[in-house]
Amino acid sequence: MKILAIDTSNYTLGVALVDEDKVLGEYMTYSKKNHSVRIMPAIQTLMKDCDWTPKDVNKIVVAKGPGSYTGVRIGVTIAKTLAWSLQTPLVGVSSLEILAAGAGRYFPGLVSPLFDARRGQVYTGLYRSENGQLVQVEKDQLVMIDKWATSLKNRNEQILFVGNDTGIHRSFLEEHLGNQAVFAAISEHNPRPSELALLGKNKPGEDIHSFVPNYIRLVEAEAKWLEANGLLEKGME
Amino acid sequence: MGEFMKKDQMIMGIETSCDETAVAIIKNGREIVSNVVASQIESHKRFGGVVPEVASRHHVEQVTLVLEEALTEAGITFSDLDAIAVTAGPGLVGALLIGVNAAKALAFAHNLPLVPVHHIAGHIYANRLVTEMKFPLLSLVVSGGHTELVYMKEHGHFEVIGETRDDAAGEAYDKVARTLNMPYPGGPHIDRMAQEGQPTIDLPRAWLEEGSYDFSFSGLKSAVINTVHNAEQRGIKIEPQNLAASFQQSVIDVLVVKTERAAKEYNVKQVLLAGGVAANKGLREALTATFSSLEGIELVIPPLSLCTDNAAMIAAAGSILFEKGERADLALNANPGLMIESHN
Ligand SMILES: [Zn+2]
Repeated sequence: MKILAIDTSNYTLGVALVDEDKVLGEYMTYSKKNHSVRIMPAIQTLMKDCDWTPKDVNKIVVAKGPGSYTGVRIGVTIAKTLAWSLQTPLVGVSSLEILAAGAGRYFPGLVSPLFDARRGQVYTGLYRSENGQLVQVEKDQLVMIDKWATSLKNRNEQILFVGNDTGIHRSFLEEHLGNQAVFAAISEHNPRPSELALLGKNKPGEDIHSFVPNYIRLVEAEAKWLEANGLLEKGME
Repeated sequence: MGEFMKKDQMIMGIETSCDETAVAIIKNGREIVSNVVASQIESHKRFGGVVPEVASRHHVEQVTLVLEEALTEAGITFSDLDAIAVTAGPGLVGALLIGVNAAKALAFAHNLPLVPVHHIAGHIYANRLVTEMKFPLLSLVVSGGHTELVYMKEHGHFEVIGETRDDAAGEAYDKVARTLNMPYPGGPHIDRMAQEGQPTIDLPRAWLEEGSYDFSFSGLKSAVINTVHNAEQRGIKIEPQNLAASFQQSVIDVLVVKTERAAKEYNVKQVLLAGGVAANKGLREALTATFSSLEGIELVIPPLSLCTDNAAMIAAAGSILFEKGERADLALNANPGLMIESHN
């Protein structure tokens, strides 16, 4: 099975080609610079270098967020369009899960991948690796970092924080969690596109037409409208 | 089957610059094979205007559905296509990005040429789906985002000889409609009300400097708002129908007079109406009346469905640009500030 993996959901721009149990190639940069301009040429170059044609692809795996709204839409639009027009199964994987899988595979405790969401908020979730398989402990969410730290404190377990944005919150987390807080090495802070491919490998194909990013957040205007019309469920933002 | 028999040219057009997700297929530049438009207007009505992030999200929800419908309706596959044409700008950047990236993915997957199209070039070429273009020609482009006079000496060559210095005509319509408490989008409401009223209120017409083909509508818009406020303060009732008729008359006067003057000065064979405001009944009637008495100038007004945003017009423009050899590679980006002269 030949898998094409695409991630433009955050700062990382990543493409991977995986054939059965072998990673044939990866392209990755960490720079929020025109994902729209660079992603298709990156896919084209990598496929050419690995002697694949678009019709060889058996599965497309895409990072579906959370992350930059515009960024995640670029990857999802390309993945949807390729999958639909090449009649190839499409699978979406959480952008946070990719980080957790890469750095947390052999970590004995919990893993909290995170992206900064400004104003003291982070996109994060909680994962655990069991026999090399990633299990989700708490769903991906948008949360205030202090609230998140408090809930982690109560777990009395070591937590591995991973992601380039951990630097922003590192001193705060160390202060609140002491020895509970462990930080991944800088080489592990970028979500690897090959990791994305492997996470999607055994997941069933999803409905292509209705496939959308996981934004987590509603559009502000929409949230206000729903609230004004009494349609906003409690707990939804 | 003679050896000179030419294969039909098939172009797919993709348009996502604002709040319509649209895909169409055009044969030989002039024949609509399929034309699918998924409008988001019901969604944006809730907010009284287009919310860019909401528009972008809807485009992602719709894009493959609309692509599929356009292909199914046309009864063709990607191997029948000669090129993919896509709106590269101007427009809402997040919205444009969906069409551009879908187009690039298709061009890559099926090894097809990619042709970037300026949105206004598309509006002008909607006319070629009605009748063949005769050069030189002049196009009056009026929409929510544009008010321009575009001169074309030949296919695929555009020269903006006049444009708005502030609000677009459609924008002024929407703002005046809001002042009169009409729902979004206000243009059609004003047009309808204007038909029922008389232009009894004196409103300004911005002619600008002698010989200028530029437009300005912000002064007119402010005059309407002031008129309403003054009347309210003095407790005088203004018939909204008369106010709508007066406003509309003022807009149309300037548009028609400048178009007529430019058509004569540039010695054109055709005048083409383009853009969403081309649906305006008052404007259609005034242009028809003016140009019916002018010999040698043909006035073309496309049907309503081709005036509002659609992808048939993008494919029609794309057909000519494809023949001219215009191509983009997979690094094509959305450009919200794209200039129409980039095609020249
Ligand atoms: Zn338009």
